[in-house]
Amino acid sequence: MTAAAAHSAAESLPRANRLGSRLLILLSILTVIGVLIGLYLGMIAAGTDIEQGEVQRLFYIHVPSFAGAFIAFAATVVGGVAYLITRSVKWDTLALAGVEVGLALAAINLVTGSVWARPIWNTWWNWDPRLTSDAIMILTYAAYLMLRSGIDNVDTRRRFASVYGILAFSTVLITFLIIRIRPDTIHPVVIGPVLTDASMMASQGDFELNATPGVTSAVAFASAVWSILVPWVLVWWRIRLENIAHRVSALRMKVMEQ
Amino acid sequence: MTPLIETKGLTKAFGLMPVLRKLEFTVERGEFVALLGHNGSGKSTLMRMLCGLSKPTAGTIRVGGWELPNEADAVRSQIGVVSHKTLLYDTLTARENLRFFASLYNTPIDDAKINAALTRVGLGKRGDDLVRGFSRGMQQRLSIARALLHSPDVLIFDEPYTGLDQDGSIALDGLLKDAHSAGHTILMATHDLDRAAALATRAVILSRGVIGVDMPLEGVSGSQLAEAYRRVTGVAAGG
Amino acid sequence: MKTTPFFKAVMAIVRKDLQAEMRGRELVGAMGIFALLSILIFSFALELDREARTEVISGVLWVTVIFSSILGLNRSLAMERDQGNLDALLLAPIGRGAVYVGKLIGNYIFTLAISAILLPVMSALYSVSLFDPFVLLTLLLGVLGFTTVGTLLATMTVQTRAREALLPIVMMPVALPIILAAVRASTGALSGSAQGDWIGWVQILGALDAIFVVMCFFLFPFVVEE
Repeated sequence: MTAAAAHSAAESLPRANRLGSRLLILLSILTVIGVLIGLYLGMIAAGTDIEQGEVQRLFYIHVPSFAGAFIAFAATVVGGVAYLITRSVKWDTLALAGVEVGLALAAINLVTGSVWARPIWNTWWNWDPRLTSDAIMILTYAAYLMLRSGIDNVDTRRRFASVYGILAFSTVLITFLIIRIRPDTIHPVVIGPVLTDASMMASQGDFELNATPGVTSAVAFASAVWSILVPWVLVWWRIRLENIAHRVSALRMKVMEQ
Repeated sequence: MTPLIETKGLTKAFGLMPVLRKLEFTVERGEFVALLGHNGSGKSTLMRMLCGLSKPTAGTIRVGGWELPNEADAVRSQIGVVSHKTLLYDTLTARENLRFFASLYNTPIDDAKINAALTRVGLGKRGDDLVRGFSRGMQQRLSIARALLHSPDVLIFDEPYTGLDQDGSIALDGLLKDAHSAGHTILMATHDLDRAAALATRAVILSRGVIGVDMPLEGVSGSQLAEAYRRVTGVAAGG
Repeated sequence: MKTTPFFKAVMAIVRKDLQAEMRGRELVGAMGIFALLSILIFSFALELDREARTEVISGVLWVTVIFSSILGLNRSLAMERDQGNLDALLLAPIGRGAVYVGKLIGNYIFTLAISAILLPVMSALYSVSLFDPFVLLTLLLGVLGFTTVGTLLATMTVQTRAREALLPIVMMPVALPIILAAVRASTGALSGSAQGDWIGWVQILGALDAIFVVMCFFLFPFVVEE
């Protein structure tokens, strides 16, 4: 292609504007402050769990990080649907950013759960249904990245990734809902009415959320920060990075033509 | 009279890489157009878009008065495609292949019609043999029979000579001539300039996603066409 | 009327797949041998006593059915790719949905055929009768569910560089809800416990099927059209 074409292609790419940059930096600072306050509430202000002791404090990262992953993966669905309709690259970039951010947050969720399980269950891993479906969810999105890297044609890659990103959300929903349909899990129903048989959960390491002062408010605050601020700020940074990478490759093409 | 095939401002980009740029391309009824150009010049992309396999990034395509992609089925039903791939099922017999594709095109077909179609491409006695056992040339001839089944106005050939031996190529020459004189409009992408000069009525040379040369081929020899090709693309034929 | 009627196109594709299969038995042959091998391996590996068998037999059944269906899905869509046949189908004046439904029905029939071979063999090998009406119903629903997802995903993966290797990786997690519900339903039906305890799983399975059929039908055009 000609230099002019490459140049116009590079120009047509979204360029970070100054207002956006300032807003993003402001939001990033807010996010850091929010996470720190959340940690303070959880690690210091909230009382120590009577049964589990200090290790229960992992809960203040464990639950909020899943909330964040859920939001990020939902952004992938939105990006995928919008890409298939509009074929505008920015939506696919959103979907990709959602997967990567979601994976990072889901990994935090899984690791904190595992660290918690070591003293409480006396094992790093057991086949708790939610633990299993969470691991499968992470593998699904790893498969999303593999699928992307297996396709050379960029348009095909974006199309297939959008379709898969939409389908993959079923594993997120399963992980979210599984505690209601598989009662043999220790994960409590935190949101919504409890439908499961309570006696099934009382077996090992059950949470008595209301027994310790400050727990509910700390979880609520941290979850709000991790689901509203954290995924969006990370996704936004990731989108900027992707746009810069696009510009670099377009400019490189332009240089090669000259 | 409006042209049979007409593109306006046809643009296709893969990612940031434009393959076709604002192409204005027309084919009149009854023409035999040879589409030339080196690999990556946009020949295949243009053909895929004309038969509705690929959507344009910008611009419009009309075939026989129908517009892509909104009236894609109307366009598809008047196009027959022969590619360098056979587009046949090699675990089925020749007859079963034809019957299958006839039903996809909603074309009523009986044994007599199938026999006639097979005989026309010289496969009259091989109807009940598996396509797997056919030579490359026989497969390509069956592929032409398949493309002709629904009597399309337009025949699109995408590098049909790929992998054919001398005999197969000569047989294909004959079939192309027959199809053209039977009234089919033909668009053929090829690297073979001598063949293009001998068979086609017009040559269109694509270069960097635009039409470099559009010339009638009456009285033009292969070497004259090769000269034009070199001038436009800067490389020798077949490159 | 330029478009070939939906049902006619679907039937043509199904008939074509069955014809090719009757001729070569490439799919059902490979799937069947794989399925028999894997239940033999399971019975060696798990060394099941009679009591334990009832517990795990539906798990063994489903794992075997799923892996052999992945094998079949890969072959079925590779057949459409090798000679550019998928393009040939898309060149015809038929709805893209008809291509999907046609391929889906073919894959569904092949996987059910494997299940039909597996049921008597497993019943004999493990001395547990699998011919329970609810086990059969669960098979019909479960196999429909994951061939629905599988036909869509296999159409994508055969077009990638990794080809056959990618399908199990992308398909298993997405099909997980179906597998989960199917295993639970058939285990419940075989355990002899009260119908009310597990019939909910059959209903969930039916609902999941409906959701996936609709989703995949509408997503399919996006995986075949540039």
